[in-house]
Amino acid sequence: MTLGSVPPKFKVGIDRDQCMDCGRCIENCSYEVYRREGDKILIESRKCTACLRCVAMCPRDAITITEKPVDYRSHPVWTREIREDIINQARSGKIILSGMGNARDLPIIYDRLLLDACQVTNPSIDPLREPMELRTYIGKKPSKLKFRKTESGDVELETKLAPNLKLDTPIMIGHMSFGAISLNSHLSMAKAVKETGTYMGTGEGGLHKALYPYQDRLIVQVASGRFGVNIDYLERGAAIEIKIGQGAKPGIGGHLPGEKVNEEVSKTRMIPLGSDAISPAPHHDIYSIEDLVQLIRSLKEATEWKKPVFVKIAAVHNVAPIAAGIARSSADAVVIDGFRGGTGAAPKVFRDHVGIPIEVAIASVDQKLREQGVRNEISVIASGGIRSSADLAKSIALGADAVYIGTAALVSLGCRVCGNCYRNLCPWGIATQQPELMNRIDPEMGAVQVANLIKGWTLELSELMGAAGINSIESLRGNRDRLRGYMLDEGMLKILDVLPAGA
Amino acid sequence: MCGIIGFIDRTKSRMDGSSIKAALSLMNERGSGDGAGYAAYGIYPEYADYYALHVFFDNLAEPKKKVDELLQQWGEIVHQEEIPTIPQPGIRKVHIPWRYFFKPSEDLMVGRMASEKDVITYIVMQVNANVNGATIFSSGKNMGVFKASGWPEDVANFYGIENYKGYIWLAHNRYPTNSPGWWGGAHPFNLLNWSVVHNGEITSYGTNQRYVEGYGYKCTLFTDTEVVAYLFDLLGRQHELSHEMVVRALAPPFWDDIDRMPAKESELNKAIRLTYGSALMNGPFAIVVGTEDGIVGFTDRIKLRPLVVGENGSKLYISSEEAAIRGLDPEVKNVYTPRAGEPIIGRFIE
Repeated sequence: MTLGSVPPKFKVGIDRDQCMDCGRCIENCSYEVYRREGDKILIESRKCTACLRCVAMCPRDAITITEKPVDYRSHPVWTREIREDIINQARSGKIILSGMGNARDLPIIYDRLLLDACQVTNPSIDPLREPMELRTYIGKKPSKLKFRKTESGDVELETKLAPNLKLDTPIMIGHMSFGAISLNSHLSMAKAVKETGTYMGTGEGGLHKALYPYQDRLIVQVASGRFGVNIDYLERGAAIEIKIGQGAKPGIGGHLPGEKVNEEVSKTRMIPLGSDAISPAPHHDIYSIEDLVQLIRSLKEATEWKKPVFVKIAAVHNVAPIAAGIARSSADAVVIDGFRGGTGAAPKVFRDHVGIPIEVAIASVDQKLREQGVRNEISVIASGGIRSSADLAKSIALGADAVYIGTAALVSLGCRVCGNCYRNLCPWGIATQQPELMNRIDPEMGAVQVANLIKGWTLELSELMGAAGINSIESLRGNRDRLRGYMLDEGMLKILDVLPAGA
Repeated sequence: MCGIIGFIDRTKSRMDGSSIKAALSLMNERGSGDGAGYAAYGIYPEYADYYALHVFFDNLAEPKKKVDELLQQWGEIVHQEEIPTIPQPGIRKVHIPWRYFFKPSEDLMVGRMASEKDVITYIVMQVNANVNGATIFSSGKNMGVFKASGWPEDVANFYGIENYKGYIWLAHNRYPTNSPGWWGGAHPFNLLNWSVVHNGEITSYGTNQRYVEGYGYKCTLFTDTEVVAYLFDLLGRQHELSHEMVVRALAPPFWDDIDRMPAKESELNKAIRLTYGSALMNGPFAIVVGTEDGIVGFTDRIKLRPLVVGENGSKLYISSEEAAIRGLDPEVKNVYTPRAGEPIIGRFIE
């Protein structure tokens, strides 16, 4: 052990005067930070992930957690993180795994975009007293309509509409697989989307029987591993999504550690118990855009052209032309996942370094689709780092039809973004398959929390739109005139096609 | 604010501009003396087959040379002249208003420019986006727009508006917030035979602009009204929607109402909203559009701007204020206020 240990990330303390010795911290910490010896609760700080489960459950507020109790010699280049990664790799010789989304301290474009409101020349609209329309349809739309006159002189629609998903609010829950997260998390979210009139993705882990009652609110995913995919699965979904890539790890496939593959997961995914589920980097039947077109058509044929088919891609440098290529296929929506998108497990180097921000991806995709006259051919769903109703409103103003949220939904279930999702130890019962941990989520209560989040954002979006004098969501979509950039450079403003604040 | 008037005589009996001037001046409280304008249809019967291009030139040297060259390249100018004006104390002549009577050459109509109208649209976009010192502000047949910065009477007297006789008149009294003082920013806005007068502010402008620019239109006039003319041209001409359907797309019923409609009607309205969501105009507005075959008036979906209608025989009046209608025609009958989003359509009787 010439390397020795690295300093602990967190220091945990118990205020012994406050502590009533109830032992809830010991019961709740699945990382085994606490243990009882005699009449004393001992602490092993090194194991702490700052998931804050113990803090949340301590009835006396007796616990304190301090980040980075030991300083390294500060250095602008050789940061603590860089040094620790090297030490870890010197020890293991392996790829460093990580969870959640990009953890680098890069500027967030959303925070440098400002929304508009009306004053004098146009009245703001009060959503409490006037209609406010957030209804969103996801799917192909004709670029123009044709009518015919009937013999009786009535006007009739000649154009046939493609199947679209009807959303009561432009917030959907993105694809997090059963396996990566627990069944109770899935159930909570499925109940919530049903209640709020929106949809959720199943992820690539198949569809557990317990979710069948919610199937008309579920978008089933076909990823490169094809886990859980059969005709029954396809027919149950309200829509089908082909996952090409993911913002947290563009260019590589999904990764579910074997620890999480228990009996239920193994049955649902149709894979052996305890085996790592590693999806291939590409789909082995998609080596070019025309292959993707074939897969889309095959899925549509299999489901008799009744269901919209989405294609999800990671926001990479060339995202706009790729999206335009997808728009030319029979796909109904393209999902763009930005580089802040979360994951249950990803190589850290991918999570933190590959891909581009969702804000610029939305802007360039919308622009390219319009330039090529195919914007109506396809809906644009944005995901990857959408944290609030403000991010949602800005995404739509940049040109998205709707968003997927992931991490935000998990936080509403209790997640504290500790980033240890891949360890199957999630003390909040989310990213784990251990029954005693998973049962910490009551799906009925979880559903209320997730639905509350969606409702809260929906109310805030209504207010933001009303203040901007807009009473239907389609007038916010692509309305970059109502955005201003603050402290963004000229090149960025040009890509976003947004004026600087004051202009 | 802003005050607007739309008039049509459905039998194409022509009326001179004097009473329009008087009626518009009745709404001076709605303006600020920074802009007024008139559009009249039926005023150039001797050139009815030619496009009347009204241009503001900053000078008659370089800008005019460029416009002349462009027009000669695309067709034939049968007549051109300075639009006659009479100096007014209240108007500073910052542009030279000019008119061409022009016919595009058929030899050049191929591909994306397969019709005369495509060529005219192209020329308008080219000049307004790329020729400094020249703005084409009117480009229809047998019609023309007359506008400037100033009060309605002054602008009318400047152009001698009572000397023109038309069967459609649009008029606008401006209280500008977007581009005061610029003649191009005064209403009516025009493209081909579409002319628009507008009271309000379009909060969906960015969406509408992105939408029409995807079809080759260029918004160059620094004000939101311009986009309405292009939306009408795109939906009404290129997509061949009826005026009723265009209004349905720009100010559609609410989803709650659509849900309650009979199945077929509901499906039709849903299709309009899905297809033309980016054309939906939001924010407060009252608009009158002049077209080849009549006028269309409508307001936003929750009627945040006033609009009044009156009829008398073959004559239909639409205005911001009843006073203006009664000023135009003291004998007017059937004066009423239309519902939000309801199209008011006046068509010629065949």
